[in-house]
Amino acid sequence: MNLTLRVWRQKSSRDRGRFVTYKTKDVSPDMSFLEMLDSVNEELILKGEDPIAFDHDCREGICGMCGLMINGVAHGPEQTTTCQLHMRSFKYVDTIVIEPWRSKAFPVIKDLVVDRSAFDRIIQAGGYISVSTGGVPDANAILVPKQNADMAMDGAACIGCGACVAACPNGSAMLFTAAKLGHLNLLPQGQPERYDRTIHMVERMDEEGFGGCTNIGECSAVCPKEISLDFIARMNGDLIKASFITGNGSTSSSDG
Amino acid sequence: MATDTRPKTDIRPITEYANANLESRVPSGPIEQRWDKHRFDMKLVNPANKRKYTIIVVGTGLAGGSAAATLAELGYNVLAFCYQDSPRRAHSIAAQGGINAAKNYQNDGDSIFRLFYDTVKGGDFRSRESNVYRLAQVSVNIIDQCVAQGVPFAREYGGMLANRSFGGAQVSRTFYARGQTGQQLLLGAYQALERQIAAGKVKMFPRTEMLDLIVINGRARGIVTRNMVTGKIESHVADAVVLGTGGYGNVFYLSTNAKGCNTTAIWRAYRRGAFFGNPCFTQIHPTCIPVTGDHQSKLTLMSESLRNDGRIWVPRTPGDKRPPSHIPESERDYYLEERYPSFGNLVPRDVASRSTKQVCDEGRGVGPGGLGVYLDFSDAIKRLGVNIIRERYGNLFDMYERITDENPYKEPMRIYPAIHYTMGGLWVDYNLMSTIPGLFVIGEANFSDHGANRLGASALMQGLADGYFILPYTIGDYLAQTKLDKVGTDHPVCQEVEAEVTEQIKRLLSIDGKRTVDSFHKELGKIMWDKCGMSRNAEGLTYALQRIPEIRAEFWENVRVLGENEEFNQSLEKAGRVADFMELAELMCIDALHRSESCGGHFREESQTPEGEALRDDENFSYVAAWQFNGLGNKPILNKEPLEFEYVHPSQRSYK
Ligand SMILES: Cc1cc2nc3c(=O)[nH]c(=O)nc-3n(C[C@H](O)[C@H](O)[C@H](O)COP(=O)(O)OP(=O)(O)OC[C@H]3O[C@@H](n4cnc5c(N)ncnc54)[C@H](O)[C@@H]3O)c2cc1C
Ligand code: FES
Repeated sequence: MNLTLRVWRQKSSRDRGRFVTYKTKDVSPDMSFLEMLDSVNEELILKGEDPIAFDHDCREGICGMCGLMINGVAHGPEQTTTCQLHMRSFKYVDTIVIEPWRSKAFPVIKDLVVDRSAFDRIIQAGGYISVSTGGVPDANAILVPKQNADMAMDGAACIGCGACVAACPNGSAMLFTAAKLGHLNLLPQGQPERYDRTIHMVERMDEEGFGGCTNIGECSAVCPKEISLDFIARMNGDLIKASFITGNGSTSSSDG
Repeated sequence: MATDTRPKTDIRPITEYANANLESRVPSGPIEQRWDKHRFDMKLVNPANKRKYTIIVVGTGLAGGSAAATLAELGYNVLAFCYQDSPRRAHSIAAQGGINAAKNYQNDGDSIFRLFYDTVKGGDFRSRESNVYRLAQVSVNIIDQCVAQGVPFAREYGGMLANRSFGGAQVSRTFYARGQTGQQLLLGAYQALERQIAAGKVKMFPRTEMLDLIVINGRARGIVTRNMVTGKIESHVADAVVLGTGGYGNVFYLSTNAKGCNTTAIWRAYRRGAFFGNPCFTQIHPTCIPVTGDHQSKLTLMSESLRNDGRIWVPRTPGDKRPPSHIPESERDYYLEERYPSFGNLVPRDVASRSTKQVCDEGRGVGPGGLGVYLDFSDAIKRLGVNIIRERYGNLFDMYERITDENPYKEPMRIYPAIHYTMGGLWVDYNLMSTIPGLFVIGEANFSDHGANRLGASALMQGLADGYFILPYTIGDYLAQTKLDKVGTDHPVCQEVEAEVTEQIKRLLSIDGKRTVDSFHKELGKIMWDKCGMSRNAEGLTYALQRIPEIRAEFWENVRVLGENEEFNQSLEKAGRVADFMELAELMCIDALHRSESCGGHFREESQTPEGEALRDDENFSYVAAWQFNGLGNKPILNKEPLEFEYVHPSQRSYK
């Protein structure tokens, strides 16, 4: 396959950035998208040009490190991670536009690499159950209905890649936040902190500069783990209850 | 003590232990009481004093993440480091199958002793009994801890935890969360860690790579790091250093490890005096997706559970190029079922991998390049129906189809073995301390409890045992017993190590040769795979030992690393890692050559039974080989820790 790539190049966060066009030859349909970029980089290095920076690690679709806007779609034409996308999906395309995630809360570090530390700070605000190591009850002393365990797992499957934010016209992190809240708030272990957790994580999400949710659903449509919008509804429900229980509901983000 | 250990170029200082015997510090007494007794004997740090100590934890995977969180909960100040943009992405996240624990929830006869026994035997009698027993003991606490944290393990309808049997074990002791057990356990540890970050007890340094160890007066006191965004080289000092930096399988270039997995942290520690235990013990996983071409950047594991229902075969005649459906039953060789009638397709990983290599070497492999065998589900589909197979393996079949564009419901999968795990690592005593006092090593980075072969679902267990339940105690004992001088980052040793690190980076950037870092890494990986991979012999290893220094020399003259240090520079990161792999590779081959027996994953062709199985030589090799750095280009020094088996008596493994 021969392809034209238009790739976003930006030296650092201070640089303005621009698109640069590259031609690739002999792309095998069996290559993964990132292997195609590897081969472009090998050539660039031999020509003495700076290779394209992009984040990746596991290349198995689970670490959430990779993530590119490919022809305007987060992670490209298949609903999977960028690293699990293969070039055979581009048989009928001749130009591919590759950009970093674009969001106020995810500043560009270099080329296609962005800073997603805002996600960690949302977790710091309450995305955990407050137990320290040791002194916990026997595992089977806590019974969890299978249905709840399964639903909690659906939310916990989030890989934190940021595609939801990148796809959202408002740059909202609702799906990410709601998935974690859904995971913890569905379990008996998560009940004691349920409402405080909800309020604090949502507040932090707003402070980090993510936009509000207007129920467009782009987030779920690109989510490689197919996390459902139901989690957002569940979170909004908890947020309303929280405002009664704690008298301290911050609902600025639940305007959807 | 108190000798000046400031590093001079190349020949590194040796710590105070260097000439001492390897002291494993295993407590005495009945094995079931050793850990309890040891815990009682250990000195404690007064709760109010803990906040006066700072501990560096490098790596925040299962081992490092759980350790950092627990140490902070206890009151220590923790500085934690990882190379990814967030601790949530450590390679532990990729583990699929599950985690073992001797809970005996299924009432099928499991016990701490049985898990201990299976692990020692599975490791082919090359691990330390006391450590393995302790591992089996604390396995039980791990599950309790993870459930309390909200890890969504699979459940039965009654709300109890579900289990499965895994990797040929005869009991169901594996806990799992769909096919994402590693992810869920890591997120549990990550969330505990983030809680401590929010509490101000852990300072987290993501996108920060450890490039060297600081040893002052014979004790590990800090590390030198590079900020991967700005390039800043800097020292961090502490009262103790913990490495939980994972395995070194990427020395083979192609492996199931994440692309960033590296040996740098443990290799630099080795060069500063920490002994390296059993470097040649690596594990090959039999069921990975075969290589498709030169562009291949990594290998993908297909869960071991597939062997429960899939049948492995190749054509009987070499060079048979017919599509699988055209090959009649009588012309198929179900080689595992034929050779190992009682275990069949479920033989241990090392045995399955070697048999696969053998049939491919005979020219009977299938797919591109003949490096693959069929894993065929057609019988299982006939027997159970496609729906049951979809329920059991749907995710894996989808993943396979995504990668290969072939539909495993219709045609057999093609699989081939790949490097998966490294049992070798830095040598540690019972307290998980290396031969450099104050340097602790946990998780896959240490030489571990798995001997010469690791059982499925035991690495997650070991990482969390080390991090949650063992290290937090033993490090307290070290701190309580040791009087440490105050050191700052202005200490002359820090300055010198920083200067050396900066010098190496400058050198890498100035070579401006003709070859890329990847091209060297691939060349090294190929030699390692061919000569120090699934089976090894003296001739091949000797050849590798001649080639590796040549490749290394060429690397330092002809590699091209563009850009500068003071920027986000992925080529530079890779170059540093490959430079260390080049040195490690040599040590692995030296170790593999010296160990002329076969054991577990280490198969020396010269040492096999008449049936072609691995033949151990207990008389001569019942020890841990702990290698000591002796200057680059000089042969490392071999130290031996003899292994004694009081509870599980060494026997020849048989799966016939
Ligand atoms: C595909 C796959 C599937 C597996 N499945 C299973 C399974 O089902 N069950 C099981 O028990 N085991 C399994 N394993 C093995 C198991 O996942 C690993 O052995 C284990 O997770 C390792 O944990 P760790 O904490 O030691 O290291 P890792 O999780 O690899 O963490 C290493 C940490 O060190 C950091 N680091 C590394 N180098 C540096 C450096 N120089 N500077 C700073 N930071 C550094 C990294 O950023 C990371 O935080 C699997 C392994 C693979 C590859
Ligand atoms: S690289 Fe890990 S999800 Fe893509």
